[in-house]
Amino acid sequence: MSDRISRADVEHVAALARLSLDDDELERLAGELGVILDHAEDVAALDLTGVEPTAHPLPLVNVLRADEVRPTLDRDEVLAAAPAVEDGRFRVPRILDAP
Amino acid sequence: MNDAVRYEPVIGLEVHCELATTTKLFCGCPNEFGSEPNTNVCPICLGLPGSLPVLNERVVEFALRFAHALQFDVPERSIFARKNYFYPDMPKDYQVSQYEHPILADGVIDVDGTVVRIERAHLEEDTGKTLHMGGGGRIHDAEYSLVDYNRAGVPLMEIVSRPDITSAEQARGYVSELRAVLAALGVSDVKMEEGSMRVDANVSVRLVGVEELGTKVEVKNMNSLRSLGRAIDHEIERQIAMCEAGERIAQETRHWDEDDGVTHGMRSKEGSSDYRYFPEPDLVPVAPTDAQRALARDSVPELPAAHRARLMGEWGITEADARVLLDVSGLPGYAEAAVLALGAGSAKDIVNWCTGDVLAHLNETGLSPEVLPLAPDGLAELVDLVADGTLSRGLAKDVLGEALREPKRPKQIVEERGLAQESDEGALATVLDEVLVANAEAVDAYRAGDDKKRKKTRGFLMGEAMKATRGSGNPQTLNRLLDERLGG
Amino acid sequence: MTASSPSSATGPGVDDAIGIARAVRAGERTARAVVDERLELIAERDPELHALLLVMGDEARAAADAIDARVAAGEDPGPLAGVPVVLKDNLCVRGVPTSAGSKILDGWRPPYTATVVDRIVDAGGIVLAKANLDEFAMGSSTENSAFGPTHNPHDPTRVAGGSSGGSAASVAAGFAPLALGSDTGGSIRQPASLCGVVGVKPTYGAVSRYGLIAFASSLDQIGPFAATVADAALLLDVIAGHDSLDSTSIASGVEPVTPHLGEGVDGLRIGIVQELTEVDGIQAEVRAAVAGAVEVLTAGGAIVETVSVPSTVYGLSAYYLIAPAEASSNLARYDGVRYGLRVDGEDVAEMNGRTRAAGFGPEVKRRIMLGTYALSAGYYDAYYGQAQRVRTLIIEDFRAAYERFDVLLSPTAPTTAFAIGAKASDPLAMYLSDICTIPTNLAGHAAMSVPFGVDAGGLPIGVQVLADALGEPTMFRVAQVLEDGAPAGSGGIAP
Repeated sequence: MSDRISRADVEHVAALARLSLDDDELERLAGELGVILDHAEDVAALDLTGVEPTAHPLPLVNVLRADEVRPTLDRDEVLAAAPAVEDGRFRVPRILDAP
Repeated sequence: MNDAVRYEPVIGLEVHCELATTTKLFCGCPNEFGSEPNTNVCPICLGLPGSLPVLNERVVEFALRFAHALQFDVPERSIFARKNYFYPDMPKDYQVSQYEHPILADGVIDVDGTVVRIERAHLEEDTGKTLHMGGGGRIHDAEYSLVDYNRAGVPLMEIVSRPDITSAEQARGYVSELRAVLAALGVSDVKMEEGSMRVDANVSVRLVGVEELGTKVEVKNMNSLRSLGRAIDHEIERQIAMCEAGERIAQETRHWDEDDGVTHGMRSKEGSSDYRYFPEPDLVPVAPTDAQRALARDSVPELPAAHRARLMGEWGITEADARVLLDVSGLPGYAEAAVLALGAGSAKDIVNWCTGDVLAHLNETGLSPEVLPLAPDGLAELVDLVADGTLSRGLAKDVLGEALREPKRPKQIVEERGLAQESDEGALATVLDEVLVANAEAVDAYRAGDDKKRKKTRGFLMGEAMKATRGSGNPQTLNRLLDERLGG
Repeated sequence: MTASSPSSATGPGVDDAIGIARAVRAGERTARAVVDERLELIAERDPELHALLLVMGDEARAAADAIDARVAAGEDPGPLAGVPVVLKDNLCVRGVPTSAGSKILDGWRPPYTATVVDRIVDAGGIVLAKANLDEFAMGSSTENSAFGPTHNPHDPTRVAGGSSGGSAASVAAGFAPLALGSDTGGSIRQPASLCGVVGVKPTYGAVSRYGLIAFASSLDQIGPFAATVADAALLLDVIAGHDSLDSTSIASGVEPVTPHLGEGVDGLRIGIVQELTEVDGIQAEVRAAVAGAVEVLTAGGAIVETVSVPSTVYGLSAYYLIAPAEASSNLARYDGVRYGLRVDGEDVAEMNGRTRAAGFGPEVKRRIMLGTYALSAGYYDAYYGQAQRVRTLIIEDFRAAYERFDVLLSPTAPTTAFAIGAKASDPLAMYLSDICTIPTNLAGHAAMSVPFGVDAGGLPIGVQVLADALGEPTMFRVAQVLEDGAPAGSGGIAP
């Protein structure tokens, strides 16, 4: 079992990813992520100075659309999918944090 | 010794302005304020699974226009990135923004003779709007919240200044000038009160002569130029007081409370500033072509500083009036069209009406000058009616009030209401003599009284004379005739 | 019903897509009859295989009747007239439950339809069912579906491969002659190989992704499954082409492949990719199948040599940084606010966290965690940034190879179908089954799997043909020759 990633790291990452994981899951993930990251070490260890990163496999640029209105969705259809609605809006529990 | 003299504020501003496009940044939903909640939405701006963004070409055009106005560099290519954080007003729980490669870099703006450098301007999508229910509508006391995504995906340009600003007043000047430029370019409505322009301030203080910057605090939630000034002044004072007390200033975000006139710290989760930016794989780079750049260059109109100077020279108006005029989108064009149609009246009068009653009407109704029932040549007609003595200023105000609301020309209103000013000396003298006879007691009292009494009585007699002409008597002529009769 | 085994050697079969469309257009057969036959077969066989999550019987019958009415009225419904098509359940169809194999979307009905589905319907095709998949297309066995695994029609104790296992198994079982899948690291080609059908991963940008529930946006591509190379070509020609709703869609469009199918391989230069053929743990019979394919191609006049594409050995590692990183962001939106599952909490953050913990399965959580970590402050350069640079190396190495060769060849997967449960507890072992397919996705190129022989247990083996970006016409020429020359018993409908 790899100790590349600590239990505290896993908890921090779970918070960033908004996953309420239980103790067992955190423990198991610490091990599994470690193994995968050990495997990724072949890539992390390469000297790639001067190599440009590739974000897109194709060299496309300037894909633009005209500033013209297209049909919007029916509000009832949109809200029908929501777990909770009120007054034409999506209802959520109280928000404690600033964005 | 005054603390404010020993300390020097260092201020940088982040201005977010909504771009005045027809549709949103990445989809064809209307970019419209005030619609029924969740009606201007589609799979894309709702972030529904499987939807994909496509960039609105007008946004690039607007950015390039802005670049020419403030001498920005336009890099060969800019890219969009995802800023990842969870928030219920953000449909995808990431914001598509620009990070390492913004569309514009290194601009400058002249603020009352001082150059403020602008680090960058980048494009990003706006969030939805949240209503906080219960607890007086405040976020922290609310029982729950309601989200409307009409605003989600509206195009924003974020303009980030260098920390070149040293006072609240200068900060206001910067925003005011930026607003004038954006309005002149036609790229934004720049209404702080409606939220189409939002300003965050990064404020720190340091002892004069110290090179190193103090810890910066981000102040948010100012919804007018006035509150921007107040919030910065308050924050400077708060930080100086803390420094004096030997306290450490925390790097944090603080919320301006307009009612209490103070800033409050905001709770933020651990690690919440780790936004995990990475290039947005669903969008391709923006690489402005020569044709796009040329088109933008050709569509840049006269900018506010040059425009103000020209109007001050040509029309003889003050800088303050020129600023007020140029601060309102569409109003300078309205005034210029009116001036072109003028006969006997002066441009200065046009400006006075524009920055007075016309502006008040625009603010009250939320209309833009282009849609007023009173066309610019109608305003010119009104000014000419005053200039040729047909209308008094007081009557002109009434006529304007009606002409701004009804599709009627000023001359038509004057005719309908029989308002034409009476300037005929013979006719006015007859009316005045009748008034003096009817108020012989007052005339006696005038003659017997001291200066104070005389002034009061004279005012009374003038009022009676105006009443007798039903307001249409030319006040200059009446005044002169009254003075002659009262013996100077 | 017993489906006859289609064979391109004897022209269109009765039950392949080309044959059905021809017969329906000619009025010799009704679309309704075709649909009814397939629905009957599904009712009989799917309870065992679990290839499908939703059978759209009523909608399919109504669509078939409409096609028949058009034919009766003298209209031509198009090249897919009356052909049933199965969709991987990560493709949105308006009003039809679309789950992506996840509890977090269970019951969600999209208010819009994916571009590819519109194109199939416009071409006269009939959407028959939504197929099972690994949750959010993350997996190589369809065991990660929240709704249970799909079984391989050739041996129901074995996996169908993944993530498009339901689509591959549907075609292999004869539920439909055509299916759509999505391929992010091999999710079309690997299950095609394991189920003995043709599976195509088109060039990135050749097929619109609009309406495909994203896994990893810079790698995802929709592609066809079919029992024959010609049928796969037919479906690819229908779905490919520019779409203004996808910014990464190739503006020039893609050349139709069908006209090239019969052109043979005489004079083509074909490279066997050393690094993708000599992988650890490769099954001997798989290696032998590649050798057999070389013989067939050489006999057809191709010049076949071995070529090294060195950086592909880093493909797996780079992929398992890039794909989870993009996925961690793509899957953030499943937060319990606008659609899908919600598990309540005291405040919105708690609600988000509980919803996501309850709604996502273990593999999805693992990849979200891995991707979040790879992008987080302090690790971005070492992991995500580095992986993107490896991507550049892979593209450059392929470019060098394609200067010397028209297409490349390798196994599709290191092994034939493995037993259900065999790799479930070892994520890394599972990831290794995509080792041959991943480099194509990183490069944005095209590749396809063609059935070529079976192993000692009778399980299908696939050979992978790889081509440069927009190299589909040549790739299909090679695939057609391989299909024609494949050992008896390759591909076809499972008994």
